[in-house]
Amino acid sequence: MEGYLNLFVKSIFIENMIFAYFLGMCSYLAVSKTVKTAVGLGFAVIFVLSITVPINFLLDTYLLRPGALQWLDASYAEIDLSFLSFIMFIAVIASMVQLVEMIVEKFAPALYGALGIFLPLIAVNCAILGGSLFMQQKDFSGVTESAVYGFGSGIGWLLAILAIAAIREKIIYSNVPAPLRGLGITFIITGLMALGFMSFMGIKL
Amino acid sequence: MSEKKGFTPEKTTLLFINNDSEPLFSKKNRALLTDPMDDNNPITVQVLGICSALAITVQLKPAIVMSLSVMAVMGASNVIISLLRNLIPNRIRIIVQLVVVAAMVILVDQILRAYAYDVSKELSIFIGLIITNCIVMGRLEAFALGNGVWKSFLDGIGNAAGYGFILIVVAFFRELLGSGKLFGFQVIPDFIYDMGYVNNGLMLLSPMALITVGIYIWIQRSRNRKLIEKN
Repeated sequence: MEGYLNLFVKSIFIENMIFAYFLGMCSYLAVSKTVKTAVGLGFAVIFVLSITVPINFLLDTYLLRPGALQWLDASYAEIDLSFLSFIMFIAVIASMVQLVEMIVEKFAPALYGALGIFLPLIAVNCAILGGSLFMQQKDFSGVTESAVYGFGSGIGWLLAILAIAAIREKIIYSNVPAPLRGLGITFIITGLMALGFMSFMGIKL
Repeated sequence: MSEKKGFTPEKTTLLFINNDSEPLFSKKNRALLTDPMDDNNPITVQVLGICSALAITVQLKPAIVMSLSVMAVMGASNVIISLLRNLIPNRIRIIVQLVVVAAMVILVDQILRAYAYDVSKELSIFIGLIITNCIVMGRLEAFALGNGVWKSFLDGIGNAAGYGFILIVVAFFRELLGSGKLFGFQVIPDFIYDMGYVNNGLMLLSPMALITVGIYIWIQRSRNRKLIEKN
């Protein structure tokens, strides 16, 4: 239990998707003009990350990694399909996003109204594929661990986009030098926030 | 490169996809190559493909390898999608695009692992992330789905060059100021260190990539005032 909690905190703060690895920057910059849309996209990212990371973990353990096919037959122990992981992961992500979109539309129309336009965007959000690729490097011991990691990374992403959206709503009223307005100042603020987040690196878990 | 350029137009005329008798490097086509360098830069103006631009610019060498990989992937996938553009049903186009891009990225990844293993280790997951690099998808959606093969090829190469240009500028300053080296060779002479100069270790940390790009945007928009945003 303690291990899961450590992993959870670590994936939110210390290995924050945006501030430590810059994953999902495109949508982070494009959708952070108002807090409302930012929160919508943030929840959609949490949702999709906590579904796709465990699925890709299973795929990696039982199909892709060297020797993963051993459960079928001992003679498959030599087979290494890991070069297929990009295409498998992205196919899982794209189809899961489509599936989630249809399920949400059918059973939770209100949620669909809020998340709807963001779901297709998510298929091409680097944070989602990045989550799966980091999962592959981290050698998790079980599905639960990878699910916790996916969920935590999603929350970290939500925190980051929420913070920048709130700052951007206020910064409209400041007198920013003209060439820096919009994109430029957002980059610099994100840099400063990332510097702040680096202080979490001292935490030993 | 010159072989490839000769190859594509032949194919276009063969397939009767590009029927207009425009010269290969007409003014419009040249603009496709040069616009992304400044006025329509993918990173600083279109805001596409930021993730990888920031994460791998600590040194020049990986930045250059990354730009070349993106250029190969974009050129090839723009050509393929442009060839297929009349065959892809609209509803599943994103998945088709992802599959084409993923196949190209796997090729690039395997080639890098075979011939440049240490760089490939350094780039780690960021080669894989070219798949979801918004530049590739964005240009496929915005350009290759609606334009001929030769033009799409130029657009892909041009945008990748604009992207690579930013990567190289940022990596140049980060490596020079952060570790006093370029391409891993020391360029700041010893006597300057003896006078008390110290490398700025902050430049090696990830937040400085964001701030460097921010400063680049500042300089670019001060020179090119029509890019300034309204609010």
